[in-house]
Amino acid sequence: MTSSALALVDVLAAEGGGAGDGFQAPGLSEFYPEPIAEFSLLGVDFAITRITLGLWFATLAMLVFMVMTVRKPQIVPGKLQFVGESGYSLVRDGIARDVVGPRGLPFAPFLASLFFFILANNFMSILPLAQISPMSKFAFPLVLAAICWVLYIYIGIREQGAGRYFKDILFLPGVPKPMYILVTPIEILQNFIVRPFTLAVRLFANMFAGHMLLVVFSLGAVYLFSRDNFSIVFGPISALMAIVMTFFELLVIFLQAYVFTVLMGTYLNGSIEAEH
Amino acid sequence: MSILAAESANPLLPPLGEIIIGFIAFAIVMVVFFRFIAPRFEQVFRARREAIEGGIERAEAMQAEAKAALEQYRAQLAEARTEAAQIRDQARAEGQQILEELRTQAQEESARIVARGEEQLAANRQSVINELRGQIGALAVDLAGRVVGESLEDESRRRGTVDRFLDQLDGMSGGGASDGRTGSTVFVPGGDR
Repeated sequence: MTSSALALVDVLAAEGGGAGDGFQAPGLSEFYPEPIAEFSLLGVDFAITRITLGLWFATLAMLVFMVMTVRKPQIVPGKLQFVGESGYSLVRDGIARDVVGPRGLPFAPFLASLFFFILANNFMSILPLAQISPMSKFAFPLVLAAICWVLYIYIGIREQGAGRYFKDILFLPGVPKPMYILVTPIEILQNFIVRPFTLAVRLFANMFAGHMLLVVFSLGAVYLFSRDNFSIVFGPISALMAIVMTFFELLVIFLQAYVFTVLMGTYLNGSIEAEH
Repeated sequence: MSILAAESANPLLPPLGEIIIGFIAFAIVMVVFFRFIAPRFEQVFRARREAIEGGIERAEAMQAEAKAALEQYRAQLAEARTEAAQIRDQARAEGQQILEELRTQAQEESARIVARGEEQLAANRQSVINELRGQIGALAVDLAGRVVGESLEDESRRRGTVDRFLDQLDGMSGGGASDGRTGSTVFVPGGDR
């Protein structure tokens, strides 16, 4: 039984039970479904839930799709290749080349894996039966942000040298000396803490909130329909909102994947090209 | 129950297991993209670029070839023209030479004819003189014999008289003979050329 189904039971139970119970709003338990399997490996506890399965399914489906698009590459692309190629070119040309800069093409595979991984997992939030994105679990955006964090610092050191890279961050060139009291802490905070944190939280919070919105409107519709008083009038409105929010979620799915990748592109650009 | 545990959990503090699962999933994605998907796409892009550039190159090569052919044709034309001019000049020079040769040949021929004529004339004149000398001798002796009326039997005396007479005659006709010769040279046209 999924957590949403449990919430649904709660909602329906509220009807049969005393009138004082009212609408049981879905809570955090949405994101902690009952594990399908639990095991411990080297002292680390693993809990395989339907969200974990969703992650595997989305990742695998995306990889299979991308591999199929390039299995037999043609100079004049077929329909399938065209779709995959357009997606890859969006990242390769639109981000790796135009945002990271002329030396950004080697990062195209990394940025593309980032983009398609996030996109596929975000899509799980509106895919029927799954309907919860693994990205609404903080662990997954956190992993991506941490990898990005390590990568753009490493690239900065590799391209500019450790001394130059850290010096430019600590003492931003072109700033009057007394201002360093103010600017230096901000720069340190921004480059080493705020950037990866916002990267992770932005994605996580969007998918988290999106899922909550959908669940609230869906369960709200069920609840309102099940009441035998005047509130039944609002049932269709709630159901309609759930549908509208699903389309809105589709926009967010794409936008968040793109924003995450573009921001990583600008961080890489800052690491490759020395700030003047 | 897990639900109760979930209510107390902080969503911003994920369990380590989830982080590891997420990391592995993304690592697999990266490997596939780096190893397979990205190289294939790059290969397609490169092939496409080469196909376009190759087409342009081919067209350029063709154009260059056509240009070279035109250049060659022009060079050949110019060469043919100079050759024709050369041949014409040479023919003209040759014609001139032949004409010159013919002219000198004709001159030589005429000179030779003139010379032979003069020679013949001289020989004739000599033979006439010799003949006349003989006849004149006989005639003179005959005439003298008749006029004097006496026979000049003595051979030696007779010869001496005749020779003396002829010498006298020669001395007299020295100027007259040269006059007669000039008059007889009218038939030689190229003698002065």
